[in-house]
Amino acid sequence: MQVSQSTVDLAEVSKFEAMAAEWWDPNGKFKPLHMLNPCRLDYITRQIAGEFGRDLTGAKPFDGLRLLDIGCGGGLLSEPMARLGADVVGADAAAGNIPVAQVHAEQSGLNIDYRNTTAESLAEAGEQFDVVLNMEVVEHVADPLAYLTACHDLLRPGGLHICSTINRNPKSFAVAIVGAEVVMRWLPRGTHDWRKFITPDELFDLLSRAGLTPVDRKGFVFNPITWSWSLSDRDLSVNYVTASLRP
Amino acid sequence: MADHSDILIVGGGLNGPALALALAQAGFSVTVIDAMVRDTRDDPGFDGRAYALALTSCRMLGAIGLWSDLRAHAEPMLKIAVSDGHAGAGPSPFAMQFDHAEIEEGPMGHVIEDRFLRRALMQALDDAPGVTQINGAQVVAQETTPGGVTAALADGRQLSGRVLVGADGRSSGTATRAGIRRTAWGYGQTALVCAVAHERPHEGVAHQFFMPSGPLAILPLPGNVSSIVWSEETPRAKALMQADDNAFLAALRPRFGDFLGEISLDGQRFSYPLGLSLAQRLVANRVALVGDAAHGLHPIAGQGLNAGFRDIAALAEVLAEAKRRGEDIGTAPVLDRYAQWRRFDTAALAMATDTFNRLFSNDNPLLRLGRDIGMGLVGAAPGLRRGFIREAAGLTGDLPRLMQGQPA
Repeated sequence: MQVSQSTVDLAEVSKFEAMAAEWWDPNGKFKPLHMLNPCRLDYITRQIAGEFGRDLTGAKPFDGLRLLDIGCGGGLLSEPMARLGADVVGADAAAGNIPVAQVHAEQSGLNIDYRNTTAESLAEAGEQFDVVLNMEVVEHVADPLAYLTACHDLLRPGGLHICSTINRNPKSFAVAIVGAEVVMRWLPRGTHDWRKFITPDELFDLLSRAGLTPVDRKGFVFNPITWSWSLSDRDLSVNYVTASLRP
Repeated sequence: MADHSDILIVGGGLNGPALALALAQAGFSVTVIDAMVRDTRDDPGFDGRAYALALTSCRMLGAIGLWSDLRAHAEPMLKIAVSDGHAGAGPSPFAMQFDHAEIEEGPMGHVIEDRFLRRALMQALDDAPGVTQINGAQVVAQETTPGGVTAALADGRQLSGRVLVGADGRSSGTATRAGIRRTAWGYGQTALVCAVAHERPHEGVAHQFFMPSGPLAILPLPGNVSSIVWSEETPRAKALMQADDNAFLAALRPRFGDFLGEISLDGQRFSYPLGLSLAQRLVANRVALVGDAAHGLHPIAGQGLNAGFRDIAALAEVLAEAKRRGEDIGTAPVLDRYAQWRRFDTAALAMATDTFNRLFSNDNPLLRLGRDIGMGLVGAAPGLRRGFIREAAGLTGDLPRLMQGQPA
C-alpha cells in the first residue's frame, strides 16, 4: 500500500511540475501575462515602495509587509513579491493552481502560503494584510461591489489595494475581445465578457462605495512596434490599473 | 551544498571585474571566477597595451567609482585624425579630422594603459562588498536547474547562482558549454603593440593611418609617449616580431612619419593575431555573454573594450531593474531584454569594423580613390563629421544609465 501511495504522489508531483513549467513558460499558454508582467510589477513595486516608504534598491525592501495576491494562478506576481521580502499569501479559487504554484515556489527557493480560497472567505476569517493585489480579477466576478468590499475588509487601516482590469468602450472590445481572443488567440475564446468590463470612473465609484480611497490610476499600453507594455498617465482606454487606500 | 551568490562571472580580465563592480553596486552578491592566478594580473609592468576609452566608457568607470583615480593616468583624446597612406609616402592629402571642440560633451575619450585600468579594477574588487574572487580556477562544467545554475570547478568545488555570465574571451568555454556556437574568421593580420616615445608632444591627437597591409593606430599617452597598434599581414608581422628593436623601428619610422620628431621604443613589443569571433546568441538558459565572449572584434578604431563596457552597462541595468521588480534575474524574459538591447549594436559594429578593415587594407587604386574621396567628403561636411565624433565618443544609440554616469 505504501509503495502504491508514493507512486501516486510522484505522478501527481510530476504532473504539477509539468503544469508549473507551462504556467512559467514565457512563450507558452500564459504568454500575454508574461508580457504584461514587467509593466504590472513596475506599477505594483513603485506603489508599495511609495506608500510604505521602502527603497527598492535595497535588499528585501518589502520585509515585514503582509501581502495577499488574489487569483494568484501559477504565482507570477506572488513570487516577485516574496523575492522582495513580503510575507505572501497567494489565493486562487481554482484548486488546481495551488499545487502548481507550490511546486514552482519551491523550485525558486521561495516560501509562499498558497491557499485554495476566495477573498470573501479570507475576509470572513478575519485575515488582515498591508497590501492586497487584485489584478485582472474584478472583471470576472459576479458582484464587483461585494467583492471589492471584501478586499477592503482584508486591509489594515492605511493598507494599499491595487486593482487592474479592462475598460469598457468600442476600442477595448476591438482590442481585448476581437484582438486578443479572436485574432491573436492570446486568450481562449470566452475568457472575457465585454459587458463585465468596467470604466475607470465606474471602478473609482465602486472602490469608494466599498470604503476605499482611490489615489492613482494608470494605463497599461501595448506597443505593437516594440511588442511590449508600458505605463501611461493618459491612455486608460483598454487595460488600466488603480491604487486605493483603506482610510 | 554549493557556495551560492546571485551572479557567477567567469573571466577575470577587464570586463568580468567591471561587471562585478557594477552588479555589486546594484546590491547583488557576485562571484568572479578567474582562470589566471592573481600574481599574473597584478604584474605592475607595462605590457604595451593601452585602450582608447570612449567618453561613455569613462563615464561608466566614474559611475562604478574608478574614474577619479584613473584620470591622473589617462590622456584625454582631443582629436582623432584619420588618413589613408602608403608607407613612406606619408598621409594622403585627403584626411578626416575629428575635434572634440565640435561636440559639447568634452574629449571624445581617454587613452589609458592596461596596467592602470587593471590595477584599479583589481583593487576595487578587493574592497567591494558582496564580491567573492576565486583565482586560478577553471570551470569544467555548468548546469542549469529549475531555479538556478551551477558551475563546477576543476578542483571539485561547486558554485551556484541565478545567472552565469561568460566574460571569458573569444574562446569562451561558458558559451561552448551553453551550446552557443560562434562565427569566426581570421584576417591573416597580426597586431604589433608597443609604446613609442617621441621628441615632440602629441597634443592629445589620436591617429589612424590606413595602409594596404593594415591600419596603424597611434594613441596619445601621458607625456611624450604614444601607444601604437600596428596591424600587418601575419608573415610580415612575425618577421617584425623576430627582428631586433632597431630593425623594428626602422620598419616603423616610414609608417609612423616624422610629425612627432625622432621616435624610440618605450618598453616591450607584443603581438596579437587578429580575427573576428561572434557568438551566434548573446544569451542562453541562465547564461549571458559579455565582451569578447560575445563579440571579438577587429581592433580597428579601438572599439573592443568599449563594446564590452556597453554590454556590461546594459546587462547590469537589465538585471538591476529585474531585481527591483522582484523578477527571477536568470529567466529568459529578463536575459532576452539584454540580448535585444545589444544584438543590433554588436552586429552593426562587427560589420562596420570588418568592412573598414577590408576596404582599407587594400591597395586597389579604385578603392583608394573612392575612400580618399569619401574621407574628403566626411571631412568637409560638419554634420557627418559630428556624427563620427559622437560615434567615437560612444554617444550614439540607446545609452545605458551607467554610460550616462549614473548607477544601474
